[in-house]
Amino acid sequence: MLLNQFLILAAFLFSLGVYGLLVRRNVVLVLLAVELMLNAVNINLIAFESVLRSSEAVGQVFSIFVITVAAAEVGIGLAIVLMIFRNRASANVDEFSLMRW
Amino acid sequence: MELFSQWGLTLVVFLPILGAVVMAAIPRARETAVKRLGLLVSAVTFLLSVGLLFNFDYGRASEYQFEMNRSWISAINANYHVGLDGISLPLLILSTFFVLLSVIYSWNHWEEPRNPKAFLILMLILATGMNGTFVALDLVLFFIFFELVLLPMYFMIGIWGDKTVRKIPGFARETETRLYAAIKFFLFTLFGSAFMLLGFLAVYFRSDVAGDRTFDIPELIRIASDTPEVFAGRFGWLVFGAMFLGFAVKVPMWPLHTWLPDAHTAAPTVGSVLLAAIMLKLGSYGFIRIALPILPEAAHDWAPAIAVLAVIGIIYGSLACLAQTDMKRLIAFSSVGHMGFVMLGISTLTDVGINASIIGMVAHGLITGLLFFLAGSMSHRYHTREMARLGGNQKLMPILGGIFAFTAFASLGLPGLAGFWGEFMSLLGAYNPAAGLSLTLFRTAMVLGAVGTVLTAGYMLYMLQKVNLGEPKAEWEGHHFHDVDRYELAAWVPLIVLIVAVGIYPRIVFGATTDAVVDLVRGAFPSTVTAALTTVVGG
Amino acid sequence: MSLLFSVAPDEIHFTDGGLLAQNAGVLLVLPFLAFLLIIFFGRRMKYLGAEFAIGAMALGWVYAVALLVLNITRGVAREVHFEIGRIGALGGEPLVFELGWVVDGLSTMMFVVVTTISLLVFIYAVGYMRGDVRVTWFFAALSLFAGSMLVLVGAPNLVQLIIGWEGVGLASYLLIGHYWEKKENSSAAMKAFYVNKVADIGLILGAVILGITVGTFRITEVLAAAEAGLAALGPVAVAAGLLVFFGAMGKSAQFPLHVWLPDAMAGPTPVSALMHAATMVTAGVYLVARMFPFYETLAADARGWILWIGAATLFITGLIALVQDDIKRVLAYSTVSQLGYMVAALGAGGYAAGLFHLWTHAFFKALLFLGAGSVIHAVHSNNMSDMGGLRQHMPVTYRTFVVGSLALAGIPPLAGFFSKDEILASFNHAGATTVLWLGVAAAFVTAFYTFRMVFLTFHGNYLGHGHPHESPRVMTGPLVALAVGAVAAGWVNIPGIYTGFHHWVEVREVFRPEAAPASFDLLALIPGVVAGVLGIVLAYLVFNPERPLQAQRDRLEIPLLYPLLRRKYFLDDLYWHGIVAPIKGPLARGVDWINTYVIDGIVNGAAGLSLALSRFVYRGLDQAGIDGLIGGISAAADATGSSLRRMQSGRVQQYATGFVVGALVLVLGIVVFR
Repeated sequence: MLLNQFLILAAFLFSLGVYGLLVRRNVVLVLLAVELMLNAVNINLIAFESVLRSSEAVGQVFSIFVITVAAAEVGIGLAIVLMIFRNRASANVDEFSLMRW
Repeated sequence: MELFSQWGLTLVVFLPILGAVVMAAIPRARETAVKRLGLLVSAVTFLLSVGLLFNFDYGRASEYQFEMNRSWISAINANYHVGLDGISLPLLILSTFFVLLSVIYSWNHWEEPRNPKAFLILMLILATGMNGTFVALDLVLFFIFFELVLLPMYFMIGIWGDKTVRKIPGFARETETRLYAAIKFFLFTLFGSAFMLLGFLAVYFRSDVAGDRTFDIPELIRIASDTPEVFAGRFGWLVFGAMFLGFAVKVPMWPLHTWLPDAHTAAPTVGSVLLAAIMLKLGSYGFIRIALPILPEAAHDWAPAIAVLAVIGIIYGSLACLAQTDMKRLIAFSSVGHMGFVMLGISTLTDVGINASIIGMVAHGLITGLLFFLAGSMSHRYHTREMARLGGNQKLMPILGGIFAFTAFASLGLPGLAGFWGEFMSLLGAYNPAAGLSLTLFRTAMVLGAVGTVLTAGYMLYMLQKVNLGEPKAEWEGHHFHDVDRYELAAWVPLIVLIVAVGIYPRIVFGATTDAVVDLVRGAFPSTVTAALTTVVGG
Repeated sequence: MSLLFSVAPDEIHFTDGGLLAQNAGVLLVLPFLAFLLIIFFGRRMKYLGAEFAIGAMALGWVYAVALLVLNITRGVAREVHFEIGRIGALGGEPLVFELGWVVDGLSTMMFVVVTTISLLVFIYAVGYMRGDVRVTWFFAALSLFAGSMLVLVGAPNLVQLIIGWEGVGLASYLLIGHYWEKKENSSAAMKAFYVNKVADIGLILGAVILGITVGTFRITEVLAAAEAGLAALGPVAVAAGLLVFFGAMGKSAQFPLHVWLPDAMAGPTPVSALMHAATMVTAGVYLVARMFPFYETLAADARGWILWIGAATLFITGLIALVQDDIKRVLAYSTVSQLGYMVAALGAGGYAAGLFHLWTHAFFKALLFLGAGSVIHAVHSNNMSDMGGLRQHMPVTYRTFVVGSLALAGIPPLAGFFSKDEILASFNHAGATTVLWLGVAAAFVTAFYTFRMVFLTFHGNYLGHGHPHESPRVMTGPLVALAVGAVAAGWVNIPGIYTGFHHWVEVREVFRPEAAPASFDLLALIPGVVAGVLGIVLAYLVFNPERPLQAQRDRLEIPLLYPLLRRKYFLDDLYWHGIVAPIKGPLARGVDWINTYVIDGIVNGAAGLSLALSRFVYRGLDQAGIDGLIGGISAAADATGSSLRRMQSGRVQQYATGFVVGALVLVLGIVVFR
């Protein structure tokens, strides 16, 4: 089986995502990094499903769920980013520290 | 009619919150529409409750009427069970009545930051919570309504409350009075209700001895009287203690009362009125509706402690009143004393005592509610509640002063006005408490309670002299004060009439309550003998 | 005429009084109706509402007199009850609250007293209060008082009695503090209310005990239970009796609870006449009389207390009147002293005697107060040192005042003579010799201070300002009417000739009538009259001589009196140094001192102490202790929170780093330690 290759790919993508999440300063890029991480998980789900072949196709169903949620999340996330950008003229994540004590 | 007797009660409970939802849809700027809707909703609710009053069968006052029992959360066997008996009827009417009067009074009395829409929405939610508590016959339902009351009041105090910044003992920073009071009020009550919920759950888990577990109050009372051993012993003692904490905070009983003066002082006028008139009664009502009949044996064990705390409350509250300089704070402390009489009545576990506590609740609601209206209107005009700065109010505003004097006398328990019956009957009950309770203790309590009435007269007259009598202070020279306006009169005159009516003809209340109370006592404390030791009368 | 009433005492018969008694509630309600009419329409009327008060009281007077006539001719004992609430039902019969009215000999007599005096005082007040700031309110409060008093007197049960009892207390507060702009007036009103409230504890607890033990608040049934010797009532009867009497001590200003009455003179004079002399203060006497069969049977042990409290009051307070300069205060102490007579009479078992004095005293003391009011109206001062020589200026007031004074001094054949004589006789009859001589001594004192007042006010030279003149007709009319009463009111009970009063007040449902005295008791009669005459004579000797300086005379300085006394067998000298000076000087002043410093001091000290205590409770216990504890707990939570909240920086990436590091640690942990 080609499982290992998929897992390595997914791990690579996930690490890329984590890196992006932690170090990028632009919010849009941070959001993209999150997307990367989600998709890495999707790859994992599909890969395992193709090996385990459960009767309800749980892996596929879950990955579709993830995609849907991701779409919603990006929608709301970008809306928030847009609002903040309008108010502050900046997309720098360091300036988004509104939600603190 | 059939429909009304089935749905009437539910309508009375939920109409206000429905009104609140509709009101939320009206734009904030359309103030008149908002106020009219508030008036309409509260008036219709009141009329519906009066409809219940007229359809109430006084011959069966000890049974639940207008009952509705639908399955609600079947997993835990919690039901939507509401009903009205002689004990809850006067309190429900009191509640709907006071909400209506508060809306009328509010018409042109708004505290900063105004916003009538938000204020009225909170008031209507509050109305649902209060009405619901008085008719709920299921512990879960009761708890939810009981807690529902907290939030609107929290916001009323926190947003429309007193904005003075002051130093609170024990705190490093200076705090706004309203914030401190609102948080204290919320936390105190929540602390109590946490234990109360614990008690409810304990009863629930014990109730499976006789079949399914249940939250149903009449069902639990039946279990308690059929198989008394189920809720007896150490278990009952602990559970009663837990419920006691919940209810006693709300009453409030000494020494759990310290939230009350702060909340009252800080709250906006209408908030104070509803707090004093209705919300304090939720606690004592809980004792009568839930704690006593479900846990009679534990109630018997706890009764001396309740009596002692009640009497301490009476004396202590009155003494504290004498030291006050702030008018609203004085009235708030007076509530501690008056509710002490209510709790003394309950602690006797007799029909006379419990009847005393109910009429005491009604009377305290009418009188102290009116007092807070008056105190609010005065501080609205003088912009201060400091009694040292007031004086000669009778001269500046004769009608307001007259009503104030009347209410003060009603509050000190003048016979012939509503407040007398509760105090007098508490003493009657305490002279001859339920069988097995210490006569020495309760008769001492009776004497101390009677001494308390003198102290009550003391601080009420002291307040009258400070505020109403004498010459007006120099700082008010040249000020023009408006005497009562018609909205105030519309809200107050019905209360005055009721205070006199209940004072002269207390059957207005007893007609509904006595049978229900007798039935309750007979079920819970069968060995109790009250009223007359003997009735041998010669001649 | 005497034949008509010469039935033997145990043969008292009575009827139910028919429609007149059945509807007697009208009498109780009328003044309240007047109260409401005055409140709502009074200001628009010509006499500012007085017409309502007087109209209602005139109707009430007619009704009361009709009841009295009915009682005299046929005997009436009738009770009407309305249930106003059933409050309990366990253990046998339901316990109920009721309102209603009782029409019997006792209440009828009181109805007549209350309505008569009220009517006359109301009419008088139209003149006295003309131009006052709050005439309308004054008449409203007076009507409220009259209504409450009638409710009290007509109460068939203890609960209604308490309602009326505190109702008159309220009216008293309102009227004493009528001029509430001045602090001392409102303080006097408060003092009256407090002292009464303290006493009311007794009445209320007594009612609680009786109500619960007997199972009803109806007085008749309580008395019947006492007569029947109800077993349950036995052990608590004396306690209940003493508690009820304690209540009576407050309203009737018995020593040591009398301190409020002199201060109550801060109210307008008609108020003093009506409430603090004739009617309200007699409520305690009425209460003891109403419960009299109870004190005769189960609570008989309480009687000794009643006798001795009354005796102490009549003697101690009478002395204080000697040193007062304020004319109303003289009368106030005199009232307290006379109330002592009534109470002591009841304590000695003289039921009719005590009530008879209540009856006559109402007339002549109201007369004296109204006369004093007339004088005050003329000279605008309460102090006798601002008066003097008013005899020429105010002839009607003077004559009626002297009539009242003679009646008070107990000079035959005026009203006070007969009633005081019967009280002294009742002391003698009960074998209370000490009390009898106390009573005689007080009779002497009474006559002395009364005529001191007469001489200082009406004789000598005028010392005040302006030109005093006789009061208008509307004021002198009631004076004349009351003077007639002060003369004739005693003629309804002359031993051996006509003893109708005994029958009036003994027509009651549960009552053992006593035999009316067949003749005067000479052992009581002679000392009483002699004491009265001696008192007047002594007052005449000391105070009458026309002298240029009234102030000298008032100080009772000896120079002018001394030589005279010396020259006359040194007898007067002996009186002066042996009796008058010690009484007026150290003794009276000592009593006044005790009154002011000890008793009043205890009252004031208790107030101060409770203030200090409350301050301590509030600041020390409540704010610092309990509230501090609560505050401390929340402060601790607050401190923990503020140190932890720094972690929340609001930087998403910081949080994310935390997640990642945490996840890594978890994974590593699982891998390593599995």
